Amino acid sequence: MKPPQFQYCAPGVLDEALGLLDQCGTDAKILAGGQSLIPLLNVRLVAPLYLVDINRVAALDYIDARENHLAVGAIVRQRSVEQSPVVRQRHPLLIEAITYIGHMQIRNRGTLAGSIVHADPAAELPALLCCLDGEIVARSSTGERIIKAEQFFTDYLTTTLDAREIVTEIRLPWLPPQAGWACIEFTRRAGDYALAGAIAVVVPTPAGTCQSARISYFGIAATPVRGYEIEQMLIGTTLDDAILQAAAHAAESLVQDDLSDIHATSTYRRALTAEATRRVLRTAWQRCQNRS
Amino acid sequence: MATRWFGAPVQRNEDPRLLRGQGLYVDDIDLPGMLHAAVLRSPYAHAKIVRIDTQAASNLPGVHLVLTATDLGEVLEPSPLLIPHPALTHPRTQLPLALHEVRYVGEAVAFVVADSRYLAEDALELIDVAYEPLPVVHSLATASAPDAPLVHEDVQGNVAAHLLQSVGNPDEVLANAPHVIRETLQMERGAAMPMECRGIVARWDHYEQMLTCWISTQAPIPIRNGLAAIFHLPEHKVRVIAPDVGGGFGAKIMLFYPEEILTPFATMRLGRPVKWIEDRRENFISTNQERGQLHEVEYAFDDQGVLLAVRDVFLHDTGAYTPYGIIVPIITSCSLPGPYRLKHYASDCQALYTNKVPVSPYRGAGRPHAVFVMERIMDRIALELQMDRLEVRARNFIRPDEFPWDVGLVYQDGGPTRYDSGNYQAALDKLKLALDYDTFATRQAEARVQGRYLGLGIGYYVEGTSIGPYEGAHVRVEPDGRVFVATGVTSQGQSHQTVFAQIVADQLGIEPQAVLVATGDTQAFNWGVGTFASRAATVAGSAVHLAAVKVRKKIQALAAELFEASAEDIELAEGKVFVKGAPQRALTLGQLAIKANPLRYTYGESARTLAAMNLAAARPGPALPPERDAPGLEADGFYSPPHGSFASGVHGAIIEVDPATGMVSFIKYVAVHDCGHLINPLVVEGQVHGGVAQGIGGAFFERLVYDDTAQLLSSTFMDYLIPTAAEIPDITVEHIETPSPLNPLGMKGVGEAGVIPVAALFASALDDALSPWHIRIREMPLHPCRLHELLQEARCHKAVLPLATEKPGAPTENCH
Amino acid sequence: MVTIKQTSMPALHDMCSLSLTVNGQHYERRVPARLLLSDFLRHELHLTGTHVGCEHGVCGCCTILLNGEAVRSCLMLAVQADGMDLTTIEGFASSQEPLHPIQQAFQEKHALQCGFCTPGIIVSVHALLREHPMPTEEEIRHGLSGNLCRCTGYQNIVAAVKCAAVYLADQETTHSRNENNK
Repeated sequence: MKPPQFQYCAPGVLDEALGLLDQCGTDAKILAGGQSLIPLLNVRLVAPLYLVDINRVAALDYIDARENHLAVGAIVRQRSVEQSPVVRQRHPLLIEAITYIGHMQIRNRGTLAGSIVHADPAAELPALLCCLDGEIVARSSTGERIIKAEQFFTDYLTTTLDAREIVTEIRLPWLPPQAGWACIEFTRRAGDYALAGAIAVVVPTPAGTCQSARISYFGIAATPVRGYEIEQMLIGTTLDDAILQAAAHAAESLVQDDLSDIHATSTYRRALTAEATRRVLRTAWQRCQNRS
Repeated sequence: MATRWFGAPVQRNEDPRLLRGQGLYVDDIDLPGMLHAAVLRSPYAHAKIVRIDTQAASNLPGVHLVLTATDLGEVLEPSPLLIPHPALTHPRTQLPLALHEVRYVGEAVAFVVADSRYLAEDALELIDVAYEPLPVVHSLATASAPDAPLVHEDVQGNVAAHLLQSVGNPDEVLANAPHVIRETLQMERGAAMPMECRGIVARWDHYEQMLTCWISTQAPIPIRNGLAAIFHLPEHKVRVIAPDVGGGFGAKIMLFYPEEILTPFATMRLGRPVKWIEDRRENFISTNQERGQLHEVEYAFDDQGVLLAVRDVFLHDTGAYTPYGIIVPIITSCSLPGPYRLKHYASDCQALYTNKVPVSPYRGAGRPHAVFVMERIMDRIALELQMDRLEVRARNFIRPDEFPWDVGLVYQDGGPTRYDSGNYQAALDKLKLALDYDTFATRQAEARVQGRYLGLGIGYYVEGTSIGPYEGAHVRVEPDGRVFVATGVTSQGQSHQTVFAQIVADQLGIEPQAVLVATGDTQAFNWGVGTFASRAATVAGSAVHLAAVKVRKKIQALAAELFEASAEDIELAEGKVFVKGAPQRALTLGQLAIKANPLRYTYGESARTLAAMNLAAARPGPALPPERDAPGLEADGFYSPPHGSFASGVHGAIIEVDPATGMVSFIKYVAVHDCGHLINPLVVEGQVHGGVAQGIGGAFFERLVYDDTAQLLSSTFMDYLIPTAAEIPDITVEHIETPSPLNPLGMKGVGEAGVIPVAALFASALDDALSPWHIRIREMPLHPCRLHELLQEARCHKAVLPLATEKPGAPTENCH
Repeated sequence: MVTIKQTSMPALHDMCSLSLTVNGQHYERRVPARLLLSDFLRHELHLTGTHVGCEHGVCGCCTILLNGEAVRSCLMLAVQADGMDLTTIEGFASSQEPLHPIQQAFQEKHALQCGFCTPGIIVSVHALLREHPMPTEEEIRHGLSGNLCRCTGYQNIVAAVKCAAVYLADQETTHSRNENNK
């Protein structure tokens, strides 16, 4: 289990990295945290001719609390996000989702942007980005574009990112102050990828009914899945058991039919998804009740 | 005998080195000029090899050697059959490199030696092999089907062995018993997965004409003997060393793995040291596995819950070859009666070839299967008769006054399955107390009201340990007063450098820290077998004890002479030797060691102070009089048990099941264990903890899942789920000590114990937790998805379940 | 493979230079770009206390401190450690020094058997105790979950972590007392 031969460069500025990508095209891979890429190199499931390491691009190392969103630069470690005072204070849902990722040792290297670009459908962060309608900022030598989460994930480990683009920033909208939120997942062991998981944000009206809701899922299809239908069902309700039951039932249909592996059949995933729906909404709703 | 150290929780001699990162594992050895090997493995479970083209690989700069089967000359021989058995009528062992046919994914096809492992792996990608795929046997069901493909074309029905054993008259009893039940029980494969994979460094010394191999193995002496034979070298010109070994759990008792022949072959061919280190991906497909069995069991019992007879017909998945004979199914067959007075028993086993990694013992070695079957039987009797599960067991126990108890079967060592001692009820009583068994039903009922499903499970086992043929040890007092001990067994974490030191320390009046124990080096000790079958501490420990007793006697004789006293009056304490009542005039062990060597020249502080001691003058005549026969304070000891000793134990656990998700958590876990006299309770408890964790892994997390082309689907640590600290509960360990009468220190083995009853216990606990749905667990390992499936089936087919002996109290749920 | 050359562009190489500090000692080496950090430590610097158990980032045997943070050395290229400060198990206590309090606790609680996973676990525990100086049982078990041990069943490791926490706290108290007395 040793990586195949490649040529390597760790440019210090983004333009150099983009220039290299322009020349190498699809023969190059970008190395950020490496917690997914290096295992794949070690088993030689990927064999890029060129490896462009962006870890030395200091300009991509920032956490910025902007007016509408939290902006996280491309080489910020998950662990730095987790320990960032501003994130702890203002984006507890992100903290909750991040602490589910792998282990401390993985989060110390793994980046927030890397997890999103890797696009593992069983990972927490892509689902979080979808849930919040976050954005991905991508740069190429010809310019910058901003991609909506909804348009980013296209298939298993596949995104709309071009081979000549580098993700420079992830934007995660803030939650409304009165919102309740939760991330819940079912795994076999601590730190494993989820068999199924859900992330929810609910916003109550002053009268105590649900004003708006967001829910997304991971581990249940080839991409993260947003539960738009469920969100609509919840509006105007008090998320009582009957509604949760209906939401859980609706969630089952979001599970991809052929998504069976050695750990879970799609039937089982449907059951877990239903249960995750109940639990995530109950917790989220309780949290906004506790606040009011 | 003073027993100051035997039985004490002594801290380990091994630890300071290992904790500082100064252990020496095989991959830590980097010799000058060393080359690195990698193995090309078959991607097919069954295929003809049509052609192998190694040209491009050989041409890659930095590549020194590319071997295929045809390059091996007379070394191209099937690996020796380690343990023949009359029932093993069709043994087949593996070639170091496949010649015409591959029979499992992972079978070695070519061997590359290069400047680095990176380059060697590059070269593997350049080897072009043309395969012609053949039909695949991926399961016991396929292997036993009437029109099954054949793993070996000359082995009809894929039957490697057919083993029949019986006691009493089970047919007659089964025909006339008041209650007879028949069921199918299945266990699937798991793997040892030591944290350190296998590995070997081989060096050929041209000047000494000597082959030295460092191997991560549990059996260096048998490997040394084999390598000497294979390469036509005198045994003293082959040295095999098992340095620190990062776990073995049985998988490293197997020999010869192909690389253990290919690496020495390459070093002798190239004249340079060669290293091969198995990576984790290889470990999943080339290190032996275990646990696949399918049991059809029929059993009879009376109205009082007494088990009358068992007929167990089972298939054993032996993989593609039988290098280790049929040890595993023999142990299953012999372990099934367990602690119970089973007078009528028939065991019928067929070991079948499959196109999967070969099978040899993994911790537990056939016993978890047997215990699963028998303990499922006990639970079922209780259920059918509406009796308490523990009471049923108690009614069937062999009583303390019935030992030695002859089970009536021939054990794996060819000797009788004869239990030497035990007290099964005492352990069960301890367990009941520790689990607060009598209040559990109330706790369970209260929890169910809250929608929580608790279950209590137990598993009882008797484990054959400490088998022969023999082990030996050498004990020698060094001139500096430290004591050197060498034995042929290896250590893969069993703390031998401590427990053997404790045994010696008691005999020689020193501290265990003053004892240096060498294990696993054929040059340090020439004789022995290896560390397996829960036998090293007991069999080699007995040999160490016997050798130490001899040295003690030599010390006493020599000191008696020097002090002009009688040998019986010589005492050994705190590293000194003196006449009873006169400790002020004492010799150190080191001084005595100098005196024991009648040499003209002596060195060191001990020698200088000796002169001032005013000791008895040397006697006239030969410096080594006939009664002393040899210089030095040293002796060999050998111990050969008459037959194995039988440890036992019972584990109990309380679990909670989430019926919505099939997820399970442990609330409490208690292990009561009897391994006779404990040498070191810290070590014994550590062995039990580790065994239980592997058992929990094997019952609920770890699954080797093969698809129908016999490709392993769970071939990484992302998919083969070794439990972490977050999944394993706290384990309470309690001891019963019924000493074994078979060895001088009354010990029994403990290495494998922890793992053995866990699958049975887990099934028992699940049945109990899910009793509202009348679930009956008949397979292992389980996982939440499968448990959820079983629950769904039960929810849908409640009415037709055969176990509906009580009114279902299950919550009503919709059936999707 | 074509080496890309352009004057304004940093070049791609298959051999790279790196300089780094490991356990307080400075090293400069030229290594293949693809060399894993774990292999570099073990076979270039001969710091063999860092073990390799899976090379896909699960077992944790290869855990080291990189600028003070616990990471898997099998999931990094050696060249990525250029300019960084590393600590391996050898940096916890040399053979001349007494055992580090975490190591001492491991010996006392019999928290190791074969010893292969132990260096990685000790490194992880160091990081865990820095974040949670008096961890709960749950924090310990969760904090250990990135390291597999096949021998101990973890129980004595958990006990050792509790014990080490006390030792480190005592050491801290003694240290600050000494500082105050200066």
